[in-house]
Amino acid sequence: MPPREGVYGLLAEFNTPAELVHATRLAHRAGFRRMESYTPYPVEEAAEALHFHKTRVPLLCLLGGLAGLTTGALLEIWINVWGYPLNLRAMPLFSWPAFVVPAYECTILFAGLSTCFGMLALNGLPQLYHPLFNAPNFADGATSDKFFLCLESSDPRFDPVETRKLLEGCSPVSVVEVQH
Amino acid sequence: MATQGPIPEIDDPMIDPRTGEYAVIAPGHTFRSVTQKIAGIVLTDNTPMAWLGGLFVAATVAMGVVIAVTWLVLKGVGIWGITIPGAWGFAIINFVWWIGIGHAGTLISAILLLFKQTWRNSINRFAEAMTIFAVCCAAMFPLLHVGRPWLGYWLLPYPNSMNVWPQFRSPLAWDVFAVSTYATISVVFWYMGMIPDFGTLRDRAKSPLAKYAYGILSMGWRGSTRHWIRYESASLLLAGLSTPLVLSVHTTISFDFAVAAMAGWHTTIFPPYFVAGAVYSGFAMVLTLAIPIRKFYHLEDLVTLRHLDNMAKVMLATGSIVAYGYGMEVFMSWYSASHWEYFMMWNRMFGPMGWAYWMLILTNLAIPLTTLWSRKLRVNAAYLFFLSFVVNIGMWFERFVIVVTSLYRDYLPSSWGTYRATKWDYMLFIGTWGLFSTLFLLFARFAPMVPMSEIRTMLPQTRIGKDGENAKAVVQEAI
Repeated sequence: MPPREGVYGLLAEFNTPAELVHATRLAHRAGFRRMESYTPYPVEEAAEALHFHKTRVPLLCLLGGLAGLTTGALLEIWINVWGYPLNLRAMPLFSWPAFVVPAYECTILFAGLSTCFGMLALNGLPQLYHPLFNAPNFADGATSDKFFLCLESSDPRFDPVETRKLLEGCSPVSVVEVQH
Repeated sequence: MATQGPIPEIDDPMIDPRTGEYAVIAPGHTFRSVTQKIAGIVLTDNTPMAWLGGLFVAATVAMGVVIAVTWLVLKGVGIWGITIPGAWGFAIINFVWWIGIGHAGTLISAILLLFKQTWRNSINRFAEAMTIFAVCCAAMFPLLHVGRPWLGYWLLPYPNSMNVWPQFRSPLAWDVFAVSTYATISVVFWYMGMIPDFGTLRDRAKSPLAKYAYGILSMGWRGSTRHWIRYESASLLLAGLSTPLVLSVHTTISFDFAVAAMAGWHTTIFPPYFVAGAVYSGFAMVLTLAIPIRKFYHLEDLVTLRHLDNMAKVMLATGSIVAYGYGMEVFMSWYSASHWEYFMMWNRMFGPMGWAYWMLILTNLAIPLTTLWSRKLRVNAAYLFFLSFVVNIGMWFERFVIVVTSLYRDYLPSSWGTYRATKWDYMLFIGTWGLFSTLFLLFARFAPMVPMSEIRTMLPQTRIGKDGENAKAVVQEAI
C-alpha cells in the first residue's frame, strides 16, 4: 500500500492535448513509470505516451459471453429434457433450434454486464475520494477543457525539486503539489 | 453520409465551403463552450416555466396509466376489447409499436458507432434515453395482457413448489429473454455513457445536493487516461454486443407472429421487415424529440440540419425496406396459391377493416417515401416534425393491421368475430405517451442530454501533430 499521507504527486496543467503528450513522453523518457494523465475526453496519443496499450476488458467480455452461453443452454436443456419434459406436437425434447434464441440472449446479457462491471472494476471505480480532487485546479479543468499530468511520489525517481523542474520545462500552465 | 447535388446557399455559416455539406457541429466551439452549453441546461437554477408546464401536462396524461391499470387489476382483462378470436388487440399492438420505437436509439448508439458515423455523437444520448423509456412503456403491455401481472415472475425459470418450468419451444418464452436482456443492456450502455458527463456535472455543480448526487452517479470519474482506454474498449464491445441484440429483439418479436400458423403471419419476411419497421418508427420518434429540443434548448449548433438530413435518409432507406415487405406480403399471398393467404389479403385490403390498411399505406409509404427524396424537405425541421408523427401513426397502423386482420377472421368462418378497442384500451395507450414524455422531460432536466465527452472529440482542437510541435498552430488556426 502506498503511504496515505504526505505528497501524492506533482500535477502539471496543460491547455492542449499536444503539450500533455509531449510532457508525458519526456517524463517517460526520464524514467518515470508511476504517472497518469487526465483528459476531458479519450486521447489515444496520451495512452501511447504512457505505454499503456493492453486492457483486459475484451477478455472479460469473452468470458462473460461464454458463461452466459453455457448457463442459458444448460438451463434450457435441463428444463426441457430432464426437469420438466413435455411432449408438444411430438417435437423432440432436445429441440435445440428452439433453444438458440434464449441462449443467445443470455450470452449477450452476461457479456454486456461483465464488460461494464469489469471495466469499472479494472478502473477501481467507484472510488469517490481521490487525492487529486484536493488540487485546486483539477476539478474545474479535468472534466472540461484542461489536460493534466501527475507524476506520483510513489515512483522511485520522484524528487520534489527535480521533478518539478522537469515538469516546468514543458511550459505547463501550472505545477501544483497534491496532498493525500 | 455525403449528399451529392447542387450546393445550396454558400454564405450559410453552417455549410462547409469545401464539401457543400452542412457541418455536423457549428464552427467556433471550444471544449469549455461545449461544457458550458450542455452542463448549463442541467445545472441552471431557473427551471424553465415551459418545462414545468410540459411536465404538468405529461404527468397528467400519465395518470391515465395509473387509472387504467388500477381498474384492470380490479376487474381483469375483460375491460379491454380483446375477445376470441381477436385475443391480442391493443396490448400486443402497443407492445410492438413501443419497442420498435426504442430500436432507433440502440441503432444510433451501437451500429452507427461501429460504422464510425461521428455525427451520431450529438443525438445518441437522448436516443438511448428514448429507447429505455420506450421499453418501459412496451414491457408493461404483455405483462398486463397475461391477466394477472402480479404473477408475471412465472415467466422466468426459477425453482418452485409447483415444479413447473417455462417451455422454451415457444417464442413467447424467447420474448421474455429478448426484451429483458434488451432493457438491461440498454440501461447499462446508457448509464456507462453518462459516467464521464456526470463527472463534469459534479465538478461544475454549485449546490451541495447536486454535487453529492452527481458525485455518486459519476462513481468518482476523474478522466484518467488508463480509465479512458478501458472505457473506450468497453463502449466498443457493448456496441458490438448491442448490434446483434437490437436486430435479435425485433426478430424474436416477429417470431411471436411468424411461428404461429396464422394466415398473414406465417412468413419468413417478418424478421427483416419488423426490424426495418422498428428502425423506421424509431428514427421518426428521434425526430419528434430532437426537433423541439434543439429549438427549446438552443442546441441548433450541436444538433444541426446535417443530423436531420441524415436521419431523414435513414428513414427513407428503412421505409423502402418496409415498402418492399408490404409488396412481398401481397405477392406471396397470391404466389403461395393458398386460399387462406389469399382471403386474408383480400380481407385486409377490402374487408370491414380495410380502411386501416389504406391508412397504413398512406401514412407509412405514400407521404414519406415520396417527399423524403427532396433535400429541401429533408432539412426542413417543421416538415420533418410533421412527418415524424405521420410515420409513427403509420407504424402503429401497421401493427394494428397485422394483429387484428389476421386474427378476427381466421380459418373457420363460424368463429369469426370483430375487434373494437374500449375506452380502457385507449386510456392506457394514451397514458403511456404521458409516461414516456414525463420520463423524457425528467431526463432532459437532470441528465446531460448531449454527450459532452464525445462532442469534445469532434472539435478541431483535438488534433495532435505528429511530434506535438505543430499542434499549437493547428489549434490557433482552429480557434
